[in-house]
Amino acid sequence: MKVLVAIKRVVDPYVKVRVKADGSGIEDANVKMTMNPFCEIAVEEAIRLKEAGAADEVVVVSIGDESSQEQLRSALALGADRAIHVDVDKPCEPLSVAKTLKVMMDKEQAGLVLLGKQSIDTDNNQVAQMLAALTERPQATFASKITIDGEYVEVEREVDGGLERLKLALPAIVSTDLRLNEPRYASLPNIMKAKRKPMDKTTLSELGITEKNSQTVVEILSPPQRSSGIKVASVEELVEKLRNEAKVIE
Amino acid sequence: MSDRILVIAEHDGKVLSSASRATLSAAQQVSNHTDGAPVDLLLLGDIRDELVQSCSVYSAVTKVVVVSDPRLSVPLSERLAPMIAAMAAPYSHILMSASSFGKDLSPRLAALLDVGQLSDVTVIESADTVIRPIYAGNALARVTSHDATIVMTVRESAFDKAEVNQDYSAEIEAIDVDVPSINTELLGQVVTESARPELTAANVVVSGGRGVGSKENFALVESLADRLNAAIGASRAAVDAGYVSNDLQVGQTGKIVAPDLYIAIGISGAIQHVAGMKESKVVVAINSDPDAPIFDVADYGLVGDLFTILPELIEAI
Repeated sequence: MKVLVAIKRVVDPYVKVRVKADGSGIEDANVKMTMNPFCEIAVEEAIRLKEAGAADEVVVVSIGDESSQEQLRSALALGADRAIHVDVDKPCEPLSVAKTLKVMMDKEQAGLVLLGKQSIDTDNNQVAQMLAALTERPQATFASKITIDGEYVEVEREVDGGLERLKLALPAIVSTDLRLNEPRYASLPNIMKAKRKPMDKTTLSELGITEKNSQTVVEILSPPQRSSGIKVASVEELVEKLRNEAKVIE
Repeated sequence: MSDRILVIAEHDGKVLSSASRATLSAAQQVSNHTDGAPVDLLLLGDIRDELVQSCSVYSAVTKVVVVSDPRLSVPLSERLAPMIAAMAAPYSHILMSASSFGKDLSPRLAALLDVGQLSDVTVIESADTVIRPIYAGNALARVTSHDATIVMTVRESAFDKAEVNQDYSAEIEAIDVDVPSINTELLGQVVTESARPELTAANVVVSGGRGVGSKENFALVESLADRLNAAIGASRAAVDAGYVSNDLQVGQTGKIVAPDLYIAIGISGAIQHVAGMKESKVVVAINSDPDAPIFDVADYGLVGDLFTILPELIEAI
């Protein structure tokens, strides 16, 4: 079985982002970029499935500008077999991403598509679900455990109030939650080897995708800042303040 | 305008979830921007009269639409999305809560309708424009949708819960929709039992982080929570260390809460965590590190050893 993993290049999660003064976006000049953490988990899981003999080939795909190839190389260094870069000059909306991945899924005859549950920049949490809708295949979002069982995949997923276990007929689409695994680090020899692994480049028009503009981001705003308050010296003072100043306890 | 607004109900078979009550408020705001378009509440499931009655007394609801079938008792998106898509034509807006249920279902529905989706909306500005947080809440996006049907999920903590009016009764309509066969089977569920208030709806939340040190030590956090009739939350570090179950995680990738009082104990205050609690009215931080970033968002900070402070605090309130 072939596993397709979708990855995205995003601003590093430890960077404190700043909104541009003109409201056109966030400051992205000289900001550290990285693979979206949820995508890293998806890559790790795919590699583990291959190591366990449940997958034959791991193909990683990223839709973005030229610089996305850096993240595809990282995925190859971690153990993916092959990469596909879909070159676009500006970010795609989730529905267009899902349509592109559908074409990939059909073309590659992938048995399982793994994606992160959300990217930490747009925080949409949509692409896996949309891909499942377009392909009319089953979905398991927020996966914390994945087991391949013949023609099926069993997934434990994190839901409000606890956990849920689903059995999906393959091909299926699964999105990863943080607790699924602990991604490995790439070793230097593997980084060197990754340079020789195949990376195909394609475009939306080559794949027959016409982008649809569903939404326009009119403005990016700074959220209201919480001002830091005071430090109290003792438990008595804290309780007194909560009772008489903030009036949040009886 | 003849357009209608649809809210997909999340329920436990008896009552509407608190997240859906907040979604109803958001729907009412959309209605105010669309010449008072009627708001339909869709109940999908193995529906009993008790639930229908408890939903018909929300004055925000014009009509309760009931689709009842035993196969719907497990609300799997693969089944629900095409059913909702098939009945979507009269609706200009379809809303559901940004709970794990809504996040799973809503994008699947949107793709079937060939439209985009607005995630985790916190402000309704007009019929087609909303505000939603991005970058873990470090920026807000004002977004206009051009879709014929606007599909969105709504952040519970950003809207008041719709109120019931026992003198009111919404129209009720039961309809038949084909129930598609699917490729998903539910094998089991593990529900975390708790006598405490629900995390996302609690007035007071007491959260513990890595600094609590162990699962056993978490009992102290629980005692304080019980004293305040509070819900218990946790940072990702505490969940990963196995102190508490993962459905208690507060943050960008967990629950978003906005209680009157949030007490962060042994939590450093990483961006990821702050994204889930910074809308709280009053934040208290108890931490041994005076430079912990949590103090930057805390109204009241107390520096010290939590094992000394917590017993004193429990005693004092």
